[in-house]
Amino acid sequence: MSGTAVAAPERQNPGVRARLGDLVRVAELDGRLLGMILTLILIEVGFGIYTGGQILSPVNLLTFATQAVEIAIIATGMVLVIVSRNIDLSVGSVLAVCAMTYAVLMHEIYPTTIGVDTPYGWLLALAIGIGIGCVLGAIQGFLIAYVNIPSFVVTLGGLLAFRGLVFDISGGSTQAPDDKAFVVLGGGALGSLGGTLSWALGALLIAVILAYLTYNRRRRRKFGFPVRPLWAEVLIAIGGSLIVLGGVYVSNAYHWPRGLIQQYAAAHNISPNGLDFEAGVPWPAVILLAVTVAITFLATKRKFGRYVYAIGGNPEAAELGGINTRWTIMRIYILMGFLCAISAAIASAQINGATNDLGGGYELLVISAAVIGGTSFAGGIGTIPGAVLGAIVIYALRYNLQYIGLASNNQDIVIAIVLVLAVAFDTFSRRRAT
Amino acid sequence: MSNQPIPDPAATSMPAAMAASHASVPLVEMRHINVAFGGVKAVDDVSVDLRPGEVVGLVGGNGAGKSTLMRALSGAHKADTGEILVDGSPMSITNPRDAKAIGIETIYQTLALADNIDAPANLFLGREMLTPVGSLDDSAMESATRKVMGRLNPNFKRFRAPVRNLSGGQRQSVAIARAVHFNARILIMDEPTAALGPAETAQVRDLIRQLKSEGLGIFLVSHDIHDVFDLAERVTVMYHGKVVATVDKAAVSVDEILGMIILGKPPSTQTSADLAAIQH
Repeated sequence: MSGTAVAAPERQNPGVRARLGDLVRVAELDGRLLGMILTLILIEVGFGIYTGGQILSPVNLLTFATQAVEIAIIATGMVLVIVSRNIDLSVGSVLAVCAMTYAVLMHEIYPTTIGVDTPYGWLLALAIGIGIGCVLGAIQGFLIAYVNIPSFVVTLGGLLAFRGLVFDISGGSTQAPDDKAFVVLGGGALGSLGGTLSWALGALLIAVILAYLTYNRRRRRKFGFPVRPLWAEVLIAIGGSLIVLGGVYVSNAYHWPRGLIQQYAAAHNISPNGLDFEAGVPWPAVILLAVTVAITFLATKRKFGRYVYAIGGNPEAAELGGINTRWTIMRIYILMGFLCAISAAIASAQINGATNDLGGGYELLVISAAVIGGTSFAGGIGTIPGAVLGAIVIYALRYNLQYIGLASNNQDIVIAIVLVLAVAFDTFSRRRAT
Repeated sequence: MSNQPIPDPAATSMPAAMAASHASVPLVEMRHINVAFGGVKAVDDVSVDLRPGEVVGLVGGNGAGKSTLMRALSGAHKADTGEILVDGSPMSITNPRDAKAIGIETIYQTLALADNIDAPANLFLGREMLTPVGSLDDSAMESATRKVMGRLNPNFKRFRAPVRNLSGGQRQSVAIARAVHFNARILIMDEPTAALGPAETAQVRDLIRQLKSEGLGIFLVSHDIHDVFDLAERVTVMYHGKVVATVDKAAVSVDEILGMIILGKPPSTQTSADLAAIQH
């Protein structure tokens, strides 16, 4: 229905667009990842303006970031699952089994055996829970890789069976509380690094970024390969450092609430007046950071990760290349069990116990995070940092929409639209690239 | 592909030496190989052999069993029965790793590349170079890939792009590079020129002559009878899973081979009526 009077559609200035594209290409940046960071900034700035800045207060930023951690940790593994052309629907139930294991151990078993709040009790519980998570993952991985049952079916079974198992472990009731040392894993004012340690962590991270960039550049030089222009390296170093410093700054801008200070003062027999503590980086964020770095390393710098991507790109080629594809697939699911157990520790610590419905519906959130982060269901494509950012985008939206009073059913509608748009964007940009 | 490949002395001296010392023993003997899919005998009691420095053409119509026979040698599909000898010793080849360990490399018709990863990652797939701490040594792999590509296809520049973004010829050269980089002694080339233009086809032919002169034994599977006739010393014709005959190229004409492919009969038993039928 194009009328003759309608002018030619306005086009973006191709010069500027091309130059931006060049910038990203020459600096060898991940455009997809940059786009997500920009999206996140847009979301925060947009809601910030709408709420007159309230939503940008440190406590709000920290709250949604901490909420995102449970999903983000599992999403790092879900990337590898989907990249290998599989799926895992059981993550919420596996998480619940692990969380219930922690809670039952600390609440029911420890009092009559090793005692509560022992220095090692929480570590023992963690070890047992991680072991159980890995075993559940191994069972599913074995059925998928060696018995050739489709992963959708196996993990759908896992979703149902492991949820049933949770009730068996708990006896049907909510189990609480956990050991005090364990609760620290959940974050909050008491579950954070504190001001000084947070700055130390920031300094360490910046040192690592600089060392990594220098090492890579030296190595490529040594082999005589083309390297990024120096300005690009400097830009990346500055950008990375600013993100680190910003994170630490925001975390330290959140101070212990008054009530907690008074409790602390009473416990130590000092006056609460003038007492003030910076909360610092929450432990869940530290754990997520460690998991993200570790899984990214696994995915990009180890044979295991290389094989996962090769299987996703062309399963037959991987087989003909002599890769043990079955063992590779089984290992992905063991890793998933491990990540669910880690996430379960944070989930349990945050509610100081475990409920029977913990983690319900997580499978869809985790898959959404991976997909928003650029993971393709066609297999072979996806990045771990992308999935982590995907989880953060979901929770930023969720938290902010809730903050402005949107009902949760409508929050789901918004997140669904973002999910579909992200995939549409990927489909479009990949079609253009080839 | 472009320019004539230059031999790499380090990679070639070994096979050449072996070729000389084992000239009397066939490099590969496949004896009485059987492969069945369900009730269908895809390969039916087939025996073929290959000498060092020789190209054996493997021809036949669709479903003749050429690729299946070669998949048994490359470890992609285990033979049901039969014996494979390399340098006269029986070998157990149950998977691609076994085949590669004894110097059998394959260029598959499909190329068998993982499209989502780059050329060095494909070249070293399953045989990655590692740093002392066991991580992938991507720089070393890229460096090695640049070297081998400099020999095979000096125009190849996109070492860090996923191979899906490469042209058909470039992808082919990645698959060829993978086969020749690891000092193969036995090369299986399944339709190596099917996806290539005339110039690239000529370069693959040059490469085959080159590798032959270095003492490799090559099984060349092809639909293109002229390719085979041009490059092979001997031609094995297959028909419905069986070997019709293995003939010296010098002893037959292209038409006689075509007759064998279509009729499934050796030249001596072909009647003039048979041949007349092919002409039309």
